[in-house]
Amino acid sequence: MSVATPTLAGLPRLLAGVAEHGSLDLVAHLDVHGPAPELPAPGRGRHSALIDEVEAAGLRGRGGAGYPTALKMHAVTAARGRRRTMVVVNAAEGEPASLKDRTLLESTPHLVLDGAALAARAVAAGEIVVCVGEDTPEVLATVSAAAAERNRLRERIPMRIAAVPGGYVAGQESAIVNHLDGRAAKPRHTPPMIFERGVGGRPTLLSNAETFAHVAQIARHGAGWFRGLGTAEHPGSTLVTLGGPVVAPGVYEIGHGTSLRSLVDAAGGLTESLRAVLIGGYSGTWIGASQAGDLTLDDGCLAPHGASTGAGVVALLGESACPVAETVRVASWLADESAGQCGPCIFGLDAVAGRLDEWAAGLAGDGREEQLRLASVIRGRGACRHPDGALRFVASAIRVFAAEFADHGSRGPCGACTAAPSLPLPGYERGSPTPALAGAWR
Amino acid sequence: MSVLASTTAYWYLTRATGAVALLLATATLALGVLDLRRWATPAWPRFVVDELHRNLALLTLVFLVGHILTSVLDSFAPISITAAVIPFTSSYRPFWLGLGALSFDLLVAVTITSLLRRRIGFATWRAVHWLSYAAWPIALLHGLGTGSDVKSGWLLTLSIACLVVVLACVLARVAAGWPGVTPRLRGAAVAGAGGFALFLVLWLPGGPLGSEWARRSGTPKNLLPKTKRTVQGSERK
Amino acid sequence: MSRHLRVDPIACEAHGMCAELLPELVELDEWGYPIVDGRALAPELVEHAQRAVRACPTFALLVEQRAAHAHPSRPRPQPKNSSAVS
Repeated sequence: MSVATPTLAGLPRLLAGVAEHGSLDLVAHLDVHGPAPELPAPGRGRHSALIDEVEAAGLRGRGGAGYPTALKMHAVTAARGRRRTMVVVNAAEGEPASLKDRTLLESTPHLVLDGAALAARAVAAGEIVVCVGEDTPEVLATVSAAAAERNRLRERIPMRIAAVPGGYVAGQESAIVNHLDGRAAKPRHTPPMIFERGVGGRPTLLSNAETFAHVAQIARHGAGWFRGLGTAEHPGSTLVTLGGPVVAPGVYEIGHGTSLRSLVDAAGGLTESLRAVLIGGYSGTWIGASQAGDLTLDDGCLAPHGASTGAGVVALLGESACPVAETVRVASWLADESAGQCGPCIFGLDAVAGRLDEWAAGLAGDGREEQLRLASVIRGRGACRHPDGALRFVASAIRVFAAEFADHGSRGPCGACTAAPSLPLPGYERGSPTPALAGAWR
Repeated sequence: MSVLASTTAYWYLTRATGAVALLLATATLALGVLDLRRWATPAWPRFVVDELHRNLALLTLVFLVGHILTSVLDSFAPISITAAVIPFTSSYRPFWLGLGALSFDLLVAVTITSLLRRRIGFATWRAVHWLSYAAWPIALLHGLGTGSDVKSGWLLTLSIACLVVVLACVLARVAAGWPGVTPRLRGAAVAGAGGFALFLVLWLPGGPLGSEWARRSGTPKNLLPKTKRTVQGSERK
Repeated sequence: MSRHLRVDPIACEAHGMCAELLPELVELDEWGYPIVDGRALAPELVEHAQRAVRACPTFALLVEQRAAHAHPSRPRPQPKNSSAVS
């Protein structure tokens, strides 16, 4: 897996030094990035200069939602009262097609930890928790070692590493909070907001690992520098995971607004002709090859397609893959990944996957009407966004691959259906039985 | 044979209210299991089953209070009000009466938590509600051990009929109304229920249905029927 | 301020009493879970809504107050039958 950047001016930023050093220990980190600035802690009733800088930089969260980071920091500070707040670094990365967070933590962990420490100081946090997926022990090891190295930096705010369960919904904000509080790693119903009552009931700044890395760089180089790349709406650089039929798939750092074409070129070009591209991850959106040619990776261009960059997944699908089989596999996996808390998600996604499977096998004629009906019944009725994301993925697949689905509907599986899967899924076998629904009641 | 004044009336009332309470408690439990199993017909929608369960539970408690008051007011057996609610403190058949007090206490706990369920939260309410599965067999044992009517057909028949209903309900619950529970726990529940039934079969003939149960169960001596005045050699109750 | 019906999807265990007691605003999907009309409660339905809320065994049905023009946390599908009861 390669870690590189397209040769664009101003890049690499986050991944600076990685090509030379591989993994940056503290010495190499200080060598490449310089020391973190000594920003004064916010005085009583005033907020930190760092929040102002992050606000001017227009940094948005890199976990998928794209929420303005400065707003989060303001909200946590405002909710603080007399209590110490918390900072949580979310590197759980439950999205199977995304590798950016683990790559970041393995290559340049100190940049993330710098950002966390700076943000913690800015919001007067009493503790920093770095959450890493328990299914990535090598990342845990690297981050733990990096945290230990930082003892000589004499940072006052204690930092600890927490292993969180792997799983698609376990990396969701409120699921992480539940896990850190000793409960099951499942999302909860929205109120209260995490920045008001998060871990241990304290106002919590929870952001993606990459977001904190950007904070570390904004603190060093300023908002103007940050805005030197990217677009006005989505400034700065971003990490994307490019997968599929290219010479060098892997994690790339680009500026928002980079064209898909130049990203693919930087990865050595396609190894077969393109059928479609999946943007955002398995709760994201498919875009057909005919429209992908002029695509630029920024939300302004993607929005008319119903897509957004999300967690930076760009998964290419080549002509040799069967898009119907891929969709059915991912839809089944998404149904299995339900936290199992809400009826419409448990039963609904199971029905969606089941009907899709029948459609793909030629057992159900035209399954489109049924999928539309199921989507209208399920949408918006879960406690978290998981069912909505799965529905979006399926709906875009049915739209983009309408011809292929119709073909399967009338003639059954095609020759490519049993080919090796293109979209990565953790240890999932096609044709596994749907999970028992016992336990659906509490 | 003549009906003496208030003594005998309370005596009848306490036995009657006790029997009715057993019947109502059985019906309440059955409706509770039906409720949980989401049983419904067009004539018996879900909310009716649920509300009837709640109302019968309250009615059971009303009859229990009547049962306790009449047994206290009745001057035949020395049962004080404290003995009726604090288990095992009475001088009349302390153990068997105490079971009744215990069962009553459990049902009071279930009732109070149910009336306050919004305040205490779902998890706490549910944990206490499980006690109703304990309250029922304890009440049945109380009825069989304390009551003087056990040897008469009607109470025995009623008790057995109620037991059969409750066993069926427990099986219905274990079979399909108890999601997310290990097979081991299910087995334990079935074993417990079956064990209780087996215990009754083995115990009743030599216990309440046997001879001199009144004496063996702890009735104060002065209340025991005098056997010395009978014709020599034979015993009479 | 207006009052709105809402279901907590995690607490809901598909007992279905809400749909029986408030068919004007609640219908059950094919798996027995409620689809709730989250628009402002009509005055004549408030009492029925409160009865439905009390009947829910798992406290999943809620009536919440919302300021005028406030958006609910997520959009609600519209029910087929929206006639009010007398």
